[in-house]
Amino acid sequence: MSIEPSVRVEDKLFYNRYLVDAGRAHIKVRPHTTPSPELLSMLKACPARCYELNDKGQVEITVDGCIECGTCRVICEGSGDIEWSYPRGGYGVLFKFG
Amino acid sequence: MIEEKFDAIVVGAGMAGNAAALTLAQRGLKVLQLERGEYSGSKNVQGAILYADMLEKLIPDFREDAPLERHLVEQRFWMMDDRSHTGLHYRSDDFNEEKPNRYTIIRAQFDKWFSQKVREAGATVLCETTVTELAQDAYGKVIGVRTDRADGEIHADVVVLAEGVNGLLGTRAGLRQRPTPDKVALAVKEMHFLPRETIEARFNLRGDEGMVIEAAGTISRGMTGMGFIYANKECISLGIGCLVADFQRTGETPYGLLDRFKRHPSVAPLIEGSEVKEYAAHLIPEGGFKAIPQLYGEGWVVVGDAAQLNNAIHREGSNLAMTSGRIAAEAIFQVKSRKDPMTAENLSLYKKMLDESFVIKDLKKYKDMPALMHTQSQNFFLTYPELVSKAMQNFLRVDGTPKVEKEKTTFKSFIKARSWSGLFGDAFRLARAWR
Repeated sequence: MSIEPSVRVEDKLFYNRYLVDAGRAHIKVRPHTTPSPELLSMLKACPARCYELNDKGQVEITVDGCIECGTCRVICEGSGDIEWSYPRGGYGVLFKFG
Repeated sequence: MIEEKFDAIVVGAGMAGNAAALTLAQRGLKVLQLERGEYSGSKNVQGAILYADMLEKLIPDFREDAPLERHLVEQRFWMMDDRSHTGLHYRSDDFNEEKPNRYTIIRAQFDKWFSQKVREAGATVLCETTVTELAQDAYGKVIGVRTDRADGEIHADVVVLAEGVNGLLGTRAGLRQRPTPDKVALAVKEMHFLPRETIEARFNLRGDEGMVIEAAGTISRGMTGMGFIYANKECISLGIGCLVADFQRTGETPYGLLDRFKRHPSVAPLIEGSEVKEYAAHLIPEGGFKAIPQLYGEGWVVVGDAAQLNNAIHREGSNLAMTSGRIAAEAIFQVKSRKDPMTAENLSLYKKMLDESFVIKDLKKYKDMPALMHTQSQNFFLTYPELVSKAMQNFLRVDGTPKVEKEKTTFKSFIKARSWSGLFGDAFRLARAWR
């Protein structure tokens, strides 16, 4: 049984181009004390690992590396855990190949 | 506010939106197309395979200048366990024809070309503009859109929603539901660059010949999902996707799955020494026929991925998108020609025409497949691939065991894993869903 090397998503995101809309996050997490199961699942399910736990056990999001797939919208918008919009025109991820 | 009123506004510049905008403009309608990306393609993600037939209906001579990668002469289906794959390969020189049937493409480049055709046909294409909501009158009729530009309300007789799988507008306006986690897959993909000759040698290709591999099995760790490897000219598109509900349930990470797929002994040699230049993720509609929402209403139609028009069994989506965009535009043109208003009743022509096309006919054929694949994922993506691999190895390994005993061993392993009734049940359910 081989040991699985850990995957660094940061290295993958480094290949991509982004135009970050500073101060205007297009996804917002609703303030909470204890995260819902939906929100917790985003720690693993987000392909860009935008969701992290802070030291109080709450889920936080940093959208800078977001690839705008919508997975978190599908999982978390219904429960009201997040607000999801597209970035302003021209901002966000800029695919060279797609 | 833009004072000008348009015959039609198309939201989105992917396959469906470009097909719709092009067709509307070709028929002489005054069209505005809005795209949130820097250019058409900069937000679009696909494997990607292009189906020539559906594009020919829009741009007959597209082969003259479209940025195509390779025409496909070979398709490989792989059933994988952790150390092996059992393959079904089809390759034919017939695919080396004057007008090939399928090509690999790179969406950011292809869509840019497609968008140029839309402009040449006379449509106004406005990029870097995010549509934030639909403008509706007091009766709920869609009369235009609002954008993130200053005073950005624009009016039109009809709005074509080509906003993609994760389209917000239709949901925000209550025209359709947000897709649920069991109706969409999340796919992640990397672009691996290698010298052209290396790709051709590794995949047994000459000139512009291309091949694709579609893979399923233990690579999806018991989830409903598939991997793919597509040969482009100087790069390989490699990715894997699984149902969002399965990611949510299992806690598997998309990038972990991708890296495990890349390390598989059947895959690793194909991409060895490559340089990765992009990492993308995208949702894919997987709900099939039963997930198709209301397709038209007062002043609006919805096309492509936004309407869940994707054939998950055949891995076809862009052709359904293009065709639905074209048909919606033709229906709008007919209503307009009769000088009729863009009411739901008149726009129902779009659904009528779509029902008669391959789009709805194909989705209807496989209407029970998504439910079967999603509920039986452990069997179809873990148990059977492992059984088949063991059976193949048992068949091929020469070790002095009499063949009769080898066959018995294989037979018993199937019965033990799934029981008689399980095996027959699976075969029956699969046949019924496929029919």
